[in-house]
Amino acid sequence: MDVKETTEQAVTTVYLAGELDHHNAAPLRERVDDTVQKRHPKLLVLDFSGITFMDSSGIGFVMGRYKLMLSMGGRLQVRGASPRMEKVMRLAGLERLPIWSGKDEVQ
Amino acid sequence: MKTMNEMRLVFASRSANEGFARSAVSAFVAQLDPAVDELADLRTAVSEAVTNCIVHAYKDTIGDIFINVQLFENGRVMVRVRDRGCGIPDVKKALEPLYTTGGEDRSGLGFSVMESFMDTMKVRSTVGKGTTVTMEKYIRIRRRRDDAL
Ligand SMILES: Nc1ncnc2c1ncn2[C@@H]1O[C@H](COP(=O)(O)OP(=O)(O)OP(=O)(O)O)[C@@H](O)[C@H]1O
Ligand SMILES: [Mg+2]
Repeated sequence: MDVKETTEQAVTTVYLAGELDHHNAAPLRERVDDTVQKRHPKLLVLDFSGITFMDSSGIGFVMGRYKLMLSMGGRLQVRGASPRMEKVMRLAGLERLPIWSGKDEVQ
Repeated sequence: MKTMNEMRLVFASRSANEGFARSAVSAFVAQLDPAVDELADLRTAVSEAVTNCIVHAYKDTIGDIFINVQLFENGRVMVRVRDRGCGIPDVKKALEPLYTTGGEDRSGLGFSVMESFMDTMKVRSTVGKGTTVTMEKYIRIRRRRDDAL
C-alpha cells in the first residue's frame, strides 16, 4: 500500500491509499505506529481519500489507532472517508467516536 | 429457478489472495450487470469470509479455501466460502457482533458485515473439519440479457 505522511507542529497526517484489507492492514499499522512512536503527535489525522476498499480489518485498524493515540495523550481524526467506507464504519458504531473532522462527519 | 452459470475456485490461504478472491468473484458476477453498490457489497462480504479462513480457520498453517458462486436467472447470486480448518465450537456465539477470538487487530464484526451487506447468510461448522459460509444476494435485473444465456 502506498502511503504518504506529513508532520507539522504536533499534527501528523497519514494519506492512506489502496485497499484496506487484512493483508494490507498489517504493514500499514506498523508504519503508522512507528511514526506515532517517533513523533509523538498531539493529533494523528488518517486521510481516507485514497482508500478504494475497506472491510472489518479497516475497523480494527481505526480502533487500534484510536486507542493508541488515547494512550499517548493525543487524539485521532479521520477524514475523507467515502460513503462506502462510512457504511462499514457505521456498522462498528465508529460514528459515535469523536474522531470525525467537520464536513466528513458520518451522519 | 435454474442455475444460469457457475464457477469454482480453490486457492491457498495466504493473505495476498484476499484481493484476488474479491476480484475473481466480482469479475464473475459482473455478467449480471449489477449496480456499483451491489458489487461493492459482494466484494466486502467475500473479503470477510475469505479473511476468516486465513486468520481463524488456518491460523498457524496454510490450507485450501474453496469458493463456489452460482448465478440464477432471477438475479440471485449464491456465494459459498469453505475451509477445512479448525471449525467453530459455538456458531451462535461467533455470530454475535463484537465477538472475536482474534486479539486486538480484530473487531469481531466480520459476520455482521456479511449479514448486513448480503440478503442471507448461513454458517455451518464442525470442529476439526471446517466451516462453510453460504451467502445470497439478489441483484436487481436492470435490462434483459438475451445474450447472457
Ligand atoms: N472460517 C472460520 N474458521 C474458524 N473460526 C472462525 C471462522 N470464521 C469465524 N470464526 C470465528 O468467529 C469469530 C467471529 O468472526 P468475525 O468475522 O465476525 O470476527 P473476527 O474475524 O474475529 O473480527 P473481524 O472480522 O472484525 O476482523 C472469530 O473471531 C472466530 O473465532
Ligand atoms: Mg472476521
